[in-house]
Amino acid sequence: MTVPFTRRQALQFAALGAAGLSLPRAAQAAPDSLLNVSYDPTAALWADYNKVFTSYWQQKTGTAPTLRYSHGGSGAQARAVIEGLQADVVTLALSYDIDAIAKRGLIAANWQSRLPDNSTPYTSTIVFLVREGNPKNIRDWSDLIKPGVQVITPNPKTSGGARWNVLAAWAYALKANGNNPAAAKAYLKSFFANVPVLDTGAHGATLTFTQRGIGDVLVGWESDAYLSIAQAGRGKFQVVLPSVSILAEPPVAVVDANVDRHGTRALATAYLEYLYTPTGQDVIGRNFFRPRDPASLAKYAHQFPQLDLVTVAQFGGWAKAQPEFFADGGIFDQVYAG
Amino acid sequence: MSATTSRSRRVTWREPSILPGFAPSLTFTLLWLGIIVVGPLAVMLWFTAGLGWRGFLHIVLRPRVLADLRVTVGSALIASLANLLCGLLIAWVLSRYRFPLRRIADALVDLPFALPTAVAGIALSTLYAPQGWLGHLLLPLGLRVAFTPAGIVVAMMFVSLPFIVRTVQPVIDDLDAEQEEAAHLMGASAWQIFWRISFPAILPSLLTGFALAFARCLSEYGSIIFIAGNKPMISEIVPLLIVAQLDQFDYQGATAIGTLMLGVSFLLLLTINLLQAWVRRRQNG
Repeated sequence: MTVPFTRRQALQFAALGAAGLSLPRAAQAAPDSLLNVSYDPTAALWADYNKVFTSYWQQKTGTAPTLRYSHGGSGAQARAVIEGLQADVVTLALSYDIDAIAKRGLIAANWQSRLPDNSTPYTSTIVFLVREGNPKNIRDWSDLIKPGVQVITPNPKTSGGARWNVLAAWAYALKANGNNPAAAKAYLKSFFANVPVLDTGAHGATLTFTQRGIGDVLVGWESDAYLSIAQAGRGKFQVVLPSVSILAEPPVAVVDANVDRHGTRALATAYLEYLYTPTGQDVIGRNFFRPRDPASLAKYAHQFPQLDLVTVAQFGGWAKAQPEFFADGGIFDQVYAG
Repeated sequence: MSATTSRSRRVTWREPSILPGFAPSLTFTLLWLGIIVVGPLAVMLWFTAGLGWRGFLHIVLRPRVLADLRVTVGSALIASLANLLCGLLIAWVLSRYRFPLRRIADALVDLPFALPTAVAGIALSTLYAPQGWLGHLLLPLGLRVAFTPAGIVVAMMFVSLPFIVRTVQPVIDDLDAEQEEAAHLMGASAWQIFWRISFPAILPSLLTGFALAFARCLSEYGSIIFIAGNKPMISEIVPLLIVAQLDQFDYQGATAIGTLMLGVSFLLLLTINLLQAWVRRRQNG
């Protein structure tokens, strides 16, 4: 059986081949272009910072860099980088997610010691956002498990921010119950019994609370809480500071394998180091994240009151806390499985 | 048939055809199916195979997985059954009746095909939220839709409706009016004509539409996560569990649950197809 391969068929196949080739190829990043892969609540921060850094870099080198950023759940973003998203730098919600990239060999294992403050140029914490006038009179974590209070928090399985929420709640529950883990688990169970919706990300949870009017209290990033107030205007929401919260340290890192391929190491390193300068710290402060630099922190002291903050180190670090709390069969699953 | 049997005994793997282009089009078909369909599924099975039977069962027999599977398959069944009735009715009305704005109503049916599912999810949850337009009317009746399993069913009904209408409608269009007229002349009632004449002709396409709608419901993710509430064991769908698994960098867990989902879907669709074949055989025989 021979089928002559006619000219027309040949042309058709050639056309198909050409269509395949003309698909957008993986962007060959120029040395002055940079992709920052980040997590949900930082959109405003990076939009602002990129402008500031662009003018700094232009003054220094004479060329304007092309700075792009992408947002999503922290874990999903880390996975995208692992699977080949050409990030030059990653700025994620927790070190566990950057460790996961490092484990695949894309980032040097010692990444966290390459920049000051464990590679976390800013911190944040977990606070409550309630409706104006605080109608349910929510003052502290203990009020979140009262009957009739609806709590909005995202799913810690899919949201980095939600993991900070759970650890903060846990820290409170341990403290309130004489370090009794069983009591803390009971607290967490009542806590999640009051959660009507588990959004997949911090951003979705914020929208559920602010836009769709669901729930009495949003547990989430301090930066998101202030941003919501700034966006909604005065008189709709107010921040409540709990007695205990957690010091969230969202880290940043240069993705070594990608910057070496793109030739963007100098730009990427400068991009992250500039975050630690007074200018960078000021951008951080005005976008509602807590600056590391004491002078910048003092400038924004009115919006960052002193809080009793535990650290993830007290949980043994993310390498221990992640499996203990959020892996399959971990504390979060136990709380839900009854 | 006789042409085939009178040919030489040489083993041939295709029916002779008077149409040209068999070899290139078959090559293309196999290549395309291979790249687009078999490729991703093979990767998934390959990942899962690394687990071995025990590892696989250990993952998919967890109570959380089984609960989510029950939620997903159960909601999909309810949604596609509801659409079976409503879809048939809509197709019948659009095909048989002439009324103002019929063309617009007809076009509306396709919207769920085109609308990004996330948009649908946000719109549905806004509508059905306790403070929403529909939600606050349902609340006094004790009905909560958004952030309960009922929300999942609503989202599934939305995305799967066009599959039933668009499968059944052309068949109703092509129904032989003469048969119905003849039945009418012979004294059959309107119901008798529908049940005895029209419905049997529609039934196979209805089953096809049901299978398509059901498959669509099982695969839906985008709109459901906005309206479901996503509470583990209660209103969490399997696709979300897969995403949660991936967010923990647990690729094998994710592919194992994906494989389970694939197996369950395959069995259910096979059952529907067998049912459909049985209906056709009964009608022809």
